[in-house]
Amino acid sequence: MDALPPFDVVRPRSLDEVIVARAAHGESRLLGGGTDLVVNIRRGIVAPPVLIDINGVPELRTIKADASAIEIGAAVTLAEVAAHPGVARHYLVVAEAAGHIAGPTHRNMGTVGGNLCLDTRCIYYNQSEWWRAANRHCLKTTGTVCHVAPKSRSVCFATFSGDLAPALLVFDAEIDIAGPAGRRTLPLADLYIGYARQDEPVTQTRGDGKYFLALRPGEFVTAVRAKNTPGLRSAYDKIRIRRSIEYPVTGVAVALRRDGDTLADLRVAFTGTNPRPVRLSGTAALCGGPLDARVLAGLDALVRDQIMAMKTTFTPGHYRRRVAGVLARRLVQRLFEVAY
Amino acid sequence: MARLLSLTLNGRARTDAVSDNVLLLDYLREIVGLTGTKTGCDGGECGACTVLVDDRPLLSCLTLAARAEGRRVDTIESLAVDGRLSAVQRGFHEKLGSQCGYCTPGFIMASAGLLRRNPRPSEDEIREALGSNICRCTGYVKIIEAVQHAAKLCADGLSP
Ligand SMILES: Cc1cc2nc3c(=O)[nH]c(=O)nc-3n(C[C@H](O)[C@H](O)[C@H](O)COP(=O)(O)OP(=O)(O)OC[C@H]3O[C@@H](n4cnc5c(N)ncnc54)[C@H](O)[C@@H]3O)c2cc1C
Ligand code: SF4
Ligand code: FES
Ligand code: FES
Repeated sequence: MDALPPFDVVRPRSLDEVIVARAAHGESRLLGGGTDLVVNIRRGIVAPPVLIDINGVPELRTIKADASAIEIGAAVTLAEVAAHPGVARHYLVVAEAAGHIAGPTHRNMGTVGGNLCLDTRCIYYNQSEWWRAANRHCLKTTGTVCHVAPKSRSVCFATFSGDLAPALLVFDAEIDIAGPAGRRTLPLADLYIGYARQDEPVTQTRGDGKYFLALRPGEFVTAVRAKNTPGLRSAYDKIRIRRSIEYPVTGVAVALRRDGDTLADLRVAFTGTNPRPVRLSGTAALCGGPLDARVLAGLDALVRDQIMAMKTTFTPGHYRRRVAGVLARRLVQRLFEVAY
Repeated sequence: MARLLSLTLNGRARTDAVSDNVLLLDYLREIVGLTGTKTGCDGGECGACTVLVDDRPLLSCLTLAARAEGRRVDTIESLAVDGRLSAVQRGFHEKLGSQCGYCTPGFIMASAGLLRRNPRPSEDEIREALGSNICRCTGYVKIIEAVQHAAKLCADGLSP
């Protein structure tokens, strides 16, 4: 018996061919490294009839990074990002995030586009067909309830856990999208619509763990890019159950600027907590003075307000939220103190 | 859809009719009949299925066979020449880097990939390069010693 259900693979050689293939096959999925998609196909979570393998498209395989800007094509691998000298030199947080995803062999396969569009995860979702059927499935697939929040009334809380998104969000990155209606560019933050508010219905602009990307039918990501901000120091840190082959319990990206003894700019973003990567809002109010107890308490309060604590992973939600706060605080202190 | 897949497998060019939905792992084991590459977790979590594609370690359980088109694929069967073990194989044998052996082909291919691009790795570099592989038996210490030993054998002229 075949391990995977039948599907056809299309292997376009140019960006235009990808657009045509995507328009021709409505139910198709893009295939990057397959480290997420192939697992989900094997578990019967998704069953696309056509996969569009974008690894042979030269326009999607370019990477540029220098003191002024960074631009990475969707089919560049995580290993290539982590090893790129310009990324490591000017966008350390991006290199660190890419270099600590899954394990080294996974990073030879996994792509930037696949990482940014990584499916959200949940202990009731990332399971075999048999396991999910025994539990009568859930909202994110074919079921009618959410097992994490049975009273949620049609809201899914599955967690976004890609590591690159927070690292790019602290640079206010933008994402280039192509589709049947042409090209468009969005702030990366607007790609992610997994707000998952219990008190709000899921809409096209404010979704949940199931509808978590702002991509329209037939659209896909071609590149991500950002401008540098002079004087920013940045770094990435995350906690995992074990240090390799494992999704983050929580990952945090921090970028800050120090002027003498003053914290002049502070940007913090998380993954592994909510149905979207979260760029913490309200950090500007913490800037303008020294990095003292008031700032750290303020940071903690922002984390408590904006970081979700739903039990979608093996670690309890409140533990994840505390880890998020501790990681952010430590990283902010470290970056403030280092001689640059 | 089935189509012809042409690649260089363990140094030899070959062509097979392969369906689009066949994994590289199943192509190697079921179609070619090379069962040295192991199926462990089936889902990218153990590294038992590691093979080299153009010298880079990949997980064959998550790679479609079609992606090997035109490429060089090396499995554990490619390493020994005329019954003489390669440096990494000797390292694992002589330093007891293998116990039940199930994880061993994956560890050896990941190690061979490392030594092909970095013939003199530090201990940290070895640990890092083997970070996608899991072993239930050895406790890893012997595996690291095996790769260190293999690096010495390479310096004496053996191929990884
Ligand atoms: C054991 C294990 C551990 C892991 N640990 C981590 C971790 O620590 N951190 C982490 O971030 N990830 C982790 N991952 C997930 C994964 O390996 C990475 O996120 C990887 O970058 C995914 O990229 P890919 O190219 O393999 O994605 P694919 O599987 O090819 O695609 C993922 C999804 O994105 C879609 N897609 C792909 N490219 C595009 C595009 N250009 N535009 C629109 N949609 C697209 C696909 O259709 C699919 O839905 C882990 C995976 C495994 C198996
Ligand atoms: S959060 Fe609820 S609906 Fe979403 S995947 Fe988990 S159990 Fe399913
Ligand atoms: S069988 Fe491929 S990683 Fe486990
Ligand atoms: S030797 Fe048994 S799993 Fe590694």
